[in-house]
Amino acid sequence: MSTGFDVRAVRAQFPVLSEPIHKKRLAYLDNGATTQKPQVVIDAISHHWTHDNANIHRAVHLLGARSTEGYEAARAEVARFLNARTEREIVFTRGTTEAINLVAQSFVRPRLRAGDHILVTGLEHHANLVPWQLVAEQTGASITHVPLLDDGSLDLGAVPALLAAKPAIFACGHVSNALGTVNPIAALASQARTLGVPMLVDGAQAVAHLRPEELDVQALGVDFYAFSGHKIYAPTGIGALWGKLAHLERMPPWQGGGDMIHEVTLERSTFAPPPARFEAGTPPIAQAIGLGRALRWFTRELDREGALMHEDTLLRTLTEALAGIPGVRLIGTAARKVAVQSFVLDEAHPHDAATILDFAGVAVRAGHHCAQPVMTRFGVPATLRASLGVYNNEDDIEQLVRALERVRAMFA
Amino acid sequence: MDDEDLDELYQELIMDHGRRPRNTGTLPDATHHGRGHNPLCGDQLTLALKVTDGRVTDARFEGHGCAISMASASLMTQSIKAQPVEEVEALYTQFHALMTGGAEVPAEVLGKLAALTGVRRFPTRVKCATLAWHTLHAALHPERADAQATTE
Repeated sequence: MSTGFDVRAVRAQFPVLSEPIHKKRLAYLDNGATTQKPQVVIDAISHHWTHDNANIHRAVHLLGARSTEGYEAARAEVARFLNARTEREIVFTRGTTEAINLVAQSFVRPRLRAGDHILVTGLEHHANLVPWQLVAEQTGASITHVPLLDDGSLDLGAVPALLAAKPAIFACGHVSNALGTVNPIAALASQARTLGVPMLVDGAQAVAHLRPEELDVQALGVDFYAFSGHKIYAPTGIGALWGKLAHLERMPPWQGGGDMIHEVTLERSTFAPPPARFEAGTPPIAQAIGLGRALRWFTRELDREGALMHEDTLLRTLTEALAGIPGVRLIGTAARKVAVQSFVLDEAHPHDAATILDFAGVAVRAGHHCAQPVMTRFGVPATLRASLGVYNNEDDIEQLVRALERVRAMFA
Repeated sequence: MDDEDLDELYQELIMDHGRRPRNTGTLPDATHHGRGHNPLCGDQLTLALKVTDGRVTDARFEGHGCAISMASASLMTQSIKAQPVEEVEALYTQFHALMTGGAEVPAEVLGKLAALTGVRRFPTRVKCATLAWHTLHAALHPERADAQATTE
């Protein structure tokens, strides 16, 4: 690539990329669902189980100390990644979904009265929609949303009036998982802050694809930011919620259990300060350590800027290649996008196409992408979605295009 | 699996019924209705049956979905028409076992439905083939689940 980014060297760090799929070369284009893991992350997890395993925050013995140290070092890595003011603002969760549920139940629910409302957008993944619907049902509140334009971007002109109606929270995705649209979070947060509306950002699809300054929670000026490790080359089962310390300190616990208490009698308990207050029970320790290792790799060992420029170039190549195939309709054509192109075919249903692509070694997602309101907005039950990671290359795009020609030959 | 499995999955009969499903539309004098939904892929199906004297005398469906789900619905309506309800129930049980349990069902029982046997080799697509059949079961047993079938 013209960026000087060495994609071959990056590919060599991901063992699964050399796994034959139906005897074909793998073209893994389902990074929006989950990313593959580099050897350094696999090794870090394996090293934990092999050398350091013990429960955290309790044991006096050496293994307990090592395990705790690894877990807390991972928290520090997450804090650095998002430019949090302090590690105490980082709560480990199972992922984005759990982080949003935590904010819905612990921050928003106590503030909601019947007749209040919550503002979301028409782009949201179900993870940033259903938790709000649940809390709205529990309190008699309702949901309003920022509508979409035909290119899959938010109708920003509608935002001032929606915010002026004083929602209890504005919950907005940073990058659309179904369409790849990048939302102007800093500008939206500035409007929300002026009107005293707290803002949560679902960063699941953003963290692996945006520049450091776009993921700086202080610069963004938001109140909460949630993401999942497995979308950024880390294991599943671990993610993080960043929240302003002033909010976290006032929020009641969400789940009760061990490791989140200050003092317990048989009748009542007092609770630990954040983040421990929100981490009841033994957490996924090895996964957290894997997340810390993945972020270290992504931010300091990978040529991150080169990798992201490479992804942007590849997305343009992908979009142009798809647009050149007869019978392909692109879904999501916003001016600012990262890593994702959704599309439908005139002749073949996305699921039939995905099965045939699989036999050509091409892994894409077919379905509603847990974003059914987006599908409804574009009048399709499902789409095919090709989504990129730092290890994809032009051969992957070429393999996809050839496989789509086969789909057309079968279904035309 | 190799490309022969893919060819078996998308064999001529499936492609034909997927492209041009038979027995589509509504049934004004239907006695039984079922609605099916596959929440994983968003496929939806409504099925209307006319049952007279314990026999399915007509069956029609409407919906959208992949070639497998459309072909399965189309072939199902053909195979249940003019059949006694008990035999339709038995066929449902056998087809379900064929798809999910790996049971063998005699070719004379399956008839054209045998074309769907290849779906078994594609675990991620079995639900496409069974949606119409879950909907059929729901239509015949409205008391059980609000006549609403789901593959989940």
